Amino acid sequence: MKAIKIAFLVVAVVFVWFAQNHFDPYAVSILNNIAIFAILALSYNLINGVAGQFSLEPNGFVAIGAYVTALFLIPAATKIDMFALDAPSAGVLAMHTSFLPALIMSGVVASILAFILSIPVFRVRGDYLAIVTLGFGFIIRIFAMNQPTYTNGALGLNDIPEKANLYWTGFITIVTFVIMLNIIYSKYGRAMKAVRDDEDAAIAMGINTFWIKTYAFMTSAFFEGVGGGLMASMLTTIAPDQFTFLLTFQLLIIIVLGGLGSMSGTILGAVLVMGGTEWLRFLDQNMDIFGYNTGAHPGLRMVVFSILLIVLMLFARRGLFGNKELVDVFRRSK
Amino acid sequence: MDITTFMQQMINGISLGSMYALIAIGYTLVYGVLRLINFAHGDIMMVGAFAAYFAHASGIPFGLAVILAIIAAMVTGILTDKIAYKPLRNAPKISLLITAIGISFFLENLFNVLFGGVPKAFSAPNYLTKIIHFHGIVIPMTVIIIPVVTLILLFIMLWILNKTKYGMAIRSLAFDIPTVKLMGINADFIIMLVFAMGSGLAAIGGIFYAISYPSIDPLMGVIVGLKAFAAAVLGGIGSVTGAVLGGFILGFTEIVVVAFMPELGGYKDAFAFVFLILVLLFKPTGIMGQDLERSRF
Amino acid sequence: MVLELQNITMQFGGVKAIDDLSFGVKTGEIYGLIGPNGAGKTTLFNIVTGNYTQTKGKVAFNHEELSGLKPNMIVQRGIARTFQNIRLFKSMSVLDNVLIGFHNQANYTYLESILRLPRYFLYEKKLKSDAMNILERFGIADHAQTNAASLSYGNQRKVEIARALATNPKLLLLDEPAAGMNPNETADLSQIIQNIKDEYGLTILLIEHDMKFVNNMCDKVLVLDYGEEIFEGRPCDAIVDEKVVAAYLGDFKHA
Repeated sequence: MKAIKIAFLVVAVVFVWFAQNHFDPYAVSILNNIAIFAILALSYNLINGVAGQFSLEPNGFVAIGAYVTALFLIPAATKIDMFALDAPSAGVLAMHTSFLPALIMSGVVASILAFILSIPVFRVRGDYLAIVTLGFGFIIRIFAMNQPTYTNGALGLNDIPEKANLYWTGFITIVTFVIMLNIIYSKYGRAMKAVRDDEDAAIAMGINTFWIKTYAFMTSAFFEGVGGGLMASMLTTIAPDQFTFLLTFQLLIIIVLGGLGSMSGTILGAVLVMGGTEWLRFLDQNMDIFGYNTGAHPGLRMVVFSILLIVLMLFARRGLFGNKELVDVFRRSK
Repeated sequence: MDITTFMQQMINGISLGSMYALIAIGYTLVYGVLRLINFAHGDIMMVGAFAAYFAHASGIPFGLAVILAIIAAMVTGILTDKIAYKPLRNAPKISLLITAIGISFFLENLFNVLFGGVPKAFSAPNYLTKIIHFHGIVIPMTVIIIPVVTLILLFIMLWILNKTKYGMAIRSLAFDIPTVKLMGINADFIIMLVFAMGSGLAAIGGIFYAISYPSIDPLMGVIVGLKAFAAAVLGGIGSVTGAVLGGFILGFTEIVVVAFMPELGGYKDAFAFVFLILVLLFKPTGIMGQDLERSRF
Repeated sequence: MVLELQNITMQFGGVKAIDDLSFGVKTGEIYGLIGPNGAGKTTLFNIVTGNYTQTKGKVAFNHEELSGLKPNMIVQRGIARTFQNIRLFKSMSVLDNVLIGFHNQANYTYLESILRLPRYFLYEKKLKSDAMNILERFGIADHAQTNAASLSYGNQRKVEIARALATNPKLLLLDEPAAGMNPNETADLSQIIQNIKDEYGLTILLIEHDMKFVNNMCDKVLVLDYGEEIFEGRPCDAIVDEKVVAAYLGDFKHA
């Protein structure tokens, strides 16, 4: 059992090293994209799939992570030049660290906000997390627009130093994956699943379900913040309009396709959905069907994806992996 | 601020609140019966507004266009339930919420592909948009018509819920679906009725919104839907009167805060969110709601 | 007295589900709550476990007032329950269901589980063997890795009791433990309940309709009707009590 796990890790690490050094730039950029979405989807699956608390937060926390990392990486002189709407605040100018601390700060800020949201949301029953996090995504954008001294308003931030490469994204994906599995196979993961299956029964087992849900939510937010930081450094430019609900929607498809509650499935889902997004790019462009030009249809891909999501939910609710992990498959056949 | 401006803002608040109220009723009805946040509700409102726009643009008289829009929204609402929610009645709740989001995103993107994302100017007939001057207060006709129509619709809704056989069934369904089935009420028909009523009211709300702003676009339902849901929670989810009350409170707050503190204008869309958080913190059952979430043993 | 209820009244809207009820359960007793459907038995359980807050009256556990405590805190004080309609964690294995009962005894932090520090391994190993131990008591150790939802009805009941036992209770509340079981299974279950009671030093409060089961198991019974006490005493005396027979003749026919 242990040997299989170590073999998986070695293969993953070697693949990341090999790809960074030998793949062409286009392939590397796609892999980077897959890795970042995998990090986001893994953490999103913890709150949605494992703990069963439907949330729509990722775009908000990714935005926060992206801004925090960006502000930590951009040198003060560049900030002064860049902030066109209003001078950057003193705090913003003072922010400066190397990449890893910046990413960790992104995660910490996101999970603190998650904790603050937990208090109103998890003290009551009902699916308020979904609507509150959906609202939160909007509020973050409104805030980014209206606080130019921190965010440079609608103009966003550019010239973010490009620190992220496949080593960063690949290794953080692996670390996230391992941490998620460590959580799932512990008393906390079991309690999260218990809350998902039957909250009253979980309480009858003496579990403080508020804290279990809050742990799951804060952990998700942490890695979404980190993923946002990676994204900012990868794109080198960010603006409020980038972090729309579309991002959350893509992640939702990944975890539903992979299997709600399955981290192994999430990795596969990220590969398929991000690959599929590239492949379906033609849908949004001009097409000639039997000599008839359909014209460009921006958004057609999303129509296809939303139909896919509904069909998956109706006919294959368990996704590719159900709520099992790859290790469970080995465990079964021992 | 003088009295005229004050009156002006009050009237605007009533009008905005009415729109939120009409849309909030749909959320509260569906939530009461299915315990489901119908994420597609805001988009059904958008469908209603688009239907009215195209019907009117093709030369159909406005009144008839409104009726067609209501029917279009009702059909969309009922189909949403039949296709996406009904097959999942016994599935885990999260499946329903995910399909709800799927339908919402589907409608937004479908309309975006079909009609483009650029806002379309919404023209209403003159008798609706003309402006009345009354002791120095400038009142567009809509601002009077909207609250009046809302109140009439509210009374009709309350009459249906409290005095008719179907209304009783809806209210008992809010407490327990299995029991209602035992009582011999066709639960599926009642749920269909709830979607039809909620969607119809949303269409009227959407048309009012389109007249007031006056434009429509495929994403118009998103923020308004979110706010209307917040209004429903504020009023007490499950309660129709509460939804209307919540809508008015939210509408007033937006207008009044922006009027008195213009520097907060950029945050106007965030008030609903603040309300939502405060209600959940201090009175999760809202102003008029009952505790629908009490666990069943 | 391990559990003492004083003047409990529970009102739902205008309806009094329980009306001014007082009784006590002695340490080591098996105490039965019986009465026709709707008599308020499960409501009483929900008051003791903190799921409902009584309109009036006091509940004391080991001379400590319970009112105002959250349900999960009451479990930690030592009161565990099972549900009338079995409520297992359906996506999980039998072993995991029991391990959830051990949640508060696994003494490692969230960070320790993320970093896989020694205490994680220490407690996981110990609790897994404890859990297997309990499963063996119930004769379902072979099913440890089976999905809980795929067990037979009788075995699911056993898992539910095993899971409750894992929370390390002093007082166990069983809501119709023998419901839906055939006579063989019921006899088997009675034996198991006796055994675990002696071995873990438990006090048991149970609701049951099967009068044979109650007669065999209970030291004392309380008969409820419309939320009011109509009899308290030995089960064999209950069966011949006039008021009890009158209130609840229908249910005796099965016995």
